[in-house]
Amino acid sequence: MATTHSQTRTLISPAQLSRTGGKIAYWTVLAILVPLFAAIFLFPLYWMFTGGLKSAHEVIQSPPTWYPHTVRWANFVDAWHQLKLARLLLNTTVYALGALGFQLVFDVAAAYALSKLRPVLGNVILFLMLATLMIPATVLALPTFLTVFNLPVLHVNLTNSPWAIWLPSVANGFNVFLLKRFFDSIPEELLAAAAIDGAGPLRALWSIVLPMSRPILGVVSILSVTAVWKDFLWPLLVLTSPQEQTVNIGLYQLSTAAPENTFIAALFIASIPMILFFLVFQRNIMAGLTSGGLKG
Amino acid sequence: MATINVARARARQTQSAAAQPRRRPPLSQRIRRNAVAYLFLAGAVICFALFSWYPIVREVVMSFQKTNFAGDTTWVGWRNFVHLRHDPEFWTAWRASIEFSLWALVFGYAVPFVVAVVLNELRHARSYFRLMVYLPVMMPPAAAAFLWKYFYDPGNGLFNTVLRGLHLPTSQWLQSTNTAIISLVLFSTWINMGTGTLIYLAALQNIPGELYEAAEIEGAGLFRRLWHVTIPQTRLILSLLLMLQIVATMQVFLEPFILSGGGPQGKTTTVVYLIYEYAFHFNNFGSGAALGLILLLVLAGFGAAYLWLSRRREEA
Repeated sequence: MATTHSQTRTLISPAQLSRTGGKIAYWTVLAILVPLFAAIFLFPLYWMFTGGLKSAHEVIQSPPTWYPHTVRWANFVDAWHQLKLARLLLNTTVYALGALGFQLVFDVAAAYALSKLRPVLGNVILFLMLATLMIPATVLALPTFLTVFNLPVLHVNLTNSPWAIWLPSVANGFNVFLLKRFFDSIPEELLAAAAIDGAGPLRALWSIVLPMSRPILGVVSILSVTAVWKDFLWPLLVLTSPQEQTVNIGLYQLSTAAPENTFIAALFIASIPMILFFLVFQRNIMAGLTSGGLKG
Repeated sequence: MATINVARARARQTQSAAAQPRRRPPLSQRIRRNAVAYLFLAGAVICFALFSWYPIVREVVMSFQKTNFAGDTTWVGWRNFVHLRHDPEFWTAWRASIEFSLWALVFGYAVPFVVAVVLNELRHARSYFRLMVYLPVMMPPAAAAFLWKYFYDPGNGLFNTVLRGLHLPTSQWLQSTNTAIISLVLFSTWINMGTGTLIYLAALQNIPGELYEAAEIEGAGLFRRLWHVTIPQTRLILSLLLMLQIVATMQVFLEPFILSGGGPQGKTTTVVYLIYEYAFHFNNFGSGAALGLILLLVLAGFGAAYLWLSRRREEA
């Protein structure tokens, strides 16, 4: 990927831009776009925050006020306590981290086996895993729900337990695809050398393959955490108990019960963790987007 | 990518060179190797089997059965499908999903590309723009949807307030059958466009500058350069995202579920929404599964057609 600032030439030539007319046009466009982007993408967050500060009367007032005339921090406290946001945020975090753990262990092991150990019928298994990419997940929500409701063989009900999120998240064909493709690029000689030194497959995975695979493991991790945080239909089906719900489902259930200003405060609080996550991992998230198998 | 291919080719070479002089390892060793490999595969294979492969089979089976939570089933032949055919909601649901997908092509597909092309010309505040455009992607979708529901309120909602302030005509947004679907698409575009924009930006940065220079020397103006250089150079990613977007928008659920509740008058009850209603409101898992199967076949057929077309194009 070309570095951001060293790029030489795009659609408009540098010569065109350096003319007086070009310069005026460029700075005009920039001067329009900077506030426009703030208005479209940042202002909704401002509206959430200030809406959460308004009094019950002010928040439903027409026309709405552009800034809170009476500042009620208590709304945020109410949202936190009465709407049990801590519970929802904790649940979602536990689901996301657990899903990440299971995906890293099972999908990495499977991709490694398919890429480097190549068992009999390995290609058939790989084909079946990748074929699931053609099947839209929402369509399978119904039969998968019934499966989780009454697991074959074991006859246990996984709904309203973290397992209902963790285990199905492993069945992710895209992870297997990304990981296997990356492992394929690790030279065979390295593993052969390790084998000569007496390293078994697990040792080779741990001390050779994994250290080389940091970038792709980062991509898979970010994809899996955000997927759990953003999912809606699946948790709506399997997490019906308020004690177990995720942020998205909890907000949906509370939407009719809570007063409007408290609810808006709750929306704002619920949005914070992911935005912080984004600000911290910005670079990885953006790199993952473009290297995550969509290019080349 | 090129470096990876070189490494792969080299790996293949050494592999075959090493394989030739050596004889096949003895049977016991091969069994051991396979057993270890399957041990590594076990966790993922079990999860795929339970939560992906089995549900696919079950989806097909269920659409010919009458079933309930307890797991009692009776075969009913094509009756679930017949039920769908006579349900007027079946047809309006397809209409809603297709209308949503088409409008999403107009907005959700075109906007990120145009934004990426413009942003790629800017030399300042680049990380600011990326950060802004990706911010909504990182919000919990339910929280963002509820916020937009307030924005869309015809009375004291933000959108009508702004329109009134500018002395422009206001809209009923989600509450009118004419604008409900477009309102959903606008929200969907806003929350999703960051992903497309950043992917396009990366693709645009990979276009060699010499191509633009050559085109300019030959006298191509701005729009001809855009048409003859930018678009052909990003064609692969454009067509891939087109396919992915159509498949995704045909499965739209959250937007109508939270923003419009399927209304007004069932106008925004999409296919996946109707599947949900069949199963969890009318306790009719059979018809839900049958509808899911039809959607699955349509989308898988669409995906297969895309793969076939893109492969044929590559060969040509």
